[in-house]
Amino acid sequence: MAALTRPAPAAPAGLAQAKNRRRRSRPVWRWVVLLVTAVYFLLPLWGALRFSGISAFGGVISEAGFGSSLWLSVRLAIVTTAITLALMVPTAVYVHLRLPHLRRVLDSITILPVVIPPVVLIIGVLQIAKVAPSLQESPYLLALLYVILSMPFAYRSIDAGLRALDLKTMTEASSSLGAGWATTLWRVILPNLTTALLSATVLTVALVLGEYTMATLDLFQTFPVWIVVNDQVSAQVSVAASLLALFVTWLVLMLITLIGTRRSRRRGGGEVTLFTASAPQTIGN
Amino acid sequence: MPTNETTAHETGEAQAAATVAGAGGPAGARGGTSVSLRDLTRAFGAARALNEMSLEIAPGELVALLGPSGCGKTTALRIVAGFEYADAGQVLIDGKDVSGVPAAKRDMGMVFQSYSLFPNMSALDNVAFGLRMRKVGGGARRKRAAELLDMVGLSAQAGQWPHQLSGGQQQRVALARALAIEPRVLLLDEPLSALDAKVRLQLREQIRTLQQRLGTTTLFVTHDQEEALSMADRVGVMRAGRLEQVAEPAELYSRPATAFVAEFVGTMNRLPAELGGGGTVVTVLGTTVPTQEGGPSSGPVDALVRPENLTVAVAEAGDGIVTGRTFLGAVTRVAVRLSGDTEVAVDVSSAAAAAMAPGTAVQVSLPAAPVLVAPRSSD
Repeated sequence: MAALTRPAPAAPAGLAQAKNRRRRSRPVWRWVVLLVTAVYFLLPLWGALRFSGISAFGGVISEAGFGSSLWLSVRLAIVTTAITLALMVPTAVYVHLRLPHLRRVLDSITILPVVIPPVVLIIGVLQIAKVAPSLQESPYLLALLYVILSMPFAYRSIDAGLRALDLKTMTEASSSLGAGWATTLWRVILPNLTTALLSATVLTVALVLGEYTMATLDLFQTFPVWIVVNDQVSAQVSVAASLLALFVTWLVLMLITLIGTRRSRRRGGGEVTLFTASAPQTIGN
Repeated sequence: MPTNETTAHETGEAQAAATVAGAGGPAGARGGTSVSLRDLTRAFGAARALNEMSLEIAPGELVALLGPSGCGKTTALRIVAGFEYADAGQVLIDGKDVSGVPAAKRDMGMVFQSYSLFPNMSALDNVAFGLRMRKVGGGARRKRAAELLDMVGLSAQAGQWPHQLSGGQQQRVALARALAIEPRVLLLDEPLSALDAKVRLQLREQIRTLQQRLGTTTLFVTHDQEEALSMADRVGVMRAGRLEQVAEPAELYSRPATAFVAEFVGTMNRLPAELGGGGTVVTVLGTTVPTQEGGPSSGPVDALVRPENLTVAVAEAGDGIVTGRTFLGAVTRVAVRLSGDTEVAVDVSSAAAAAMAPGTAVQVSLPAAPVLVAPRSSD
């Protein structure tokens, strides 16, 4: 009996050890992947930081053209975000509520700016802008282009936010309580979309602050154009400015996800990332 | 059968309801509103959700629309609420056609099937939302909202977010929110269907108590016959966009107008029968009884008989064999296979059923009361 029973526990122990080995090996691979990715992304930044040197960061602000180009980019970011949200939010809400079958179509339309070459977009917008010649010379023409460029990102953020809500029931509940369409949008839908709107805003602002091709083709010196132009005068300061812009954008993104997650958790939702938002959970019957 | 009359046990909750209603507060202060649906027709593509449906609801009455999925009951409710439009027909509130009035201006409180509280507002703010839309001042608004939360027994949860409330609590807040605006009509769209059995039972009693105290005219949509029969003053059974019968629960159960109503509400036996006397009498289980109005007057028919309307006795020479028993408390439902492979269910007292073990030979018989007949089922 003893001889028969002894090997029995040994086999599961062996299996358990093998399982443990496998379990232990998994985190190692994770760390390797993480490390390779980190090196891929951080090495160029480290190289740029070494090239510019810490002292170059102090000279960025006093550099000629820095203030005006940054201010232009900021103004463009504000105008672009305002137009994008004003167009995309009612459109997305309307499609979700009244024309849900058109969601796929809208999905496809909003992805077009990614596949259409920038030159084609510029020529198209310039043709349309002919009806308002003053606009053709205004830097705000760029804002119209940026609205098109930011559409894929802004729409996806807003769409993800709307998917997480029971929009139809909320709208009907609000309506039955006497709220009109505008009140429902302002008091019920938008407050529940704040994270999605913040995501759309950050992505739009990041796009405007980093867009170079359109601005340079349209001959406006936005912040990215200034960085490239200034690169020929003072390469170190330009690189420092790029790093600064990157760091500030990253910081804002982190803040958005942190604040969004905190707000979401307070109301029963899950973790917030830039393209998803979890629906609120109920604690049972 | 329940009588649907709430006994006046003065719970704290009920007292609060009386206080609120008496204080010139919520619903009921208007003295009830009549609702009239006239020939409502609504089609979605080729499918007709409503087919010339008509219904009259008296002031202060609770009418339940009962029917299987797709029968049009929710469409009817949504047309009354103003969320859907009718292709033809009218919705009259106190005699005035509101067909063209938007939902926001109809003054109707609605409780939805899914949890519909606004996630960005506390329970109190949710209840106060409708009052805010009516420009009620901040202090009065909060006071009224607090009274209504007290009425549904959720004072302690006033400051909580919807996700911190259970499903039952959320629906009670939704009920308070709907009642806060003193609605002319209260619309309930399967508000209990997402809840578990125990909570559902509690909430349905609470809804009925409040509705009766406040006297709010209420239209209630459900697919649960027990809910409809226990809560409503009258129940309308719907089928394919039409009302088959509108009647008080007891009448609906004991005198169903059609075979569909008879089989949809409660348990019903189908027994092969022979019509006679030009359709005025029918012979079932060897007994000839008068036919009830509403059935065919010729052709092959089945008699529709409830399990409690049949009798069964142990008999050596009986033409039935007991195939099973289900204990239901005071009564036991005995399943009997008759000659010709007809299965019937018969309710007998549990004491009598003790002698009817499966395999026992029994005799099933029919008392001499009118029965409803229906064209013979091909099953």
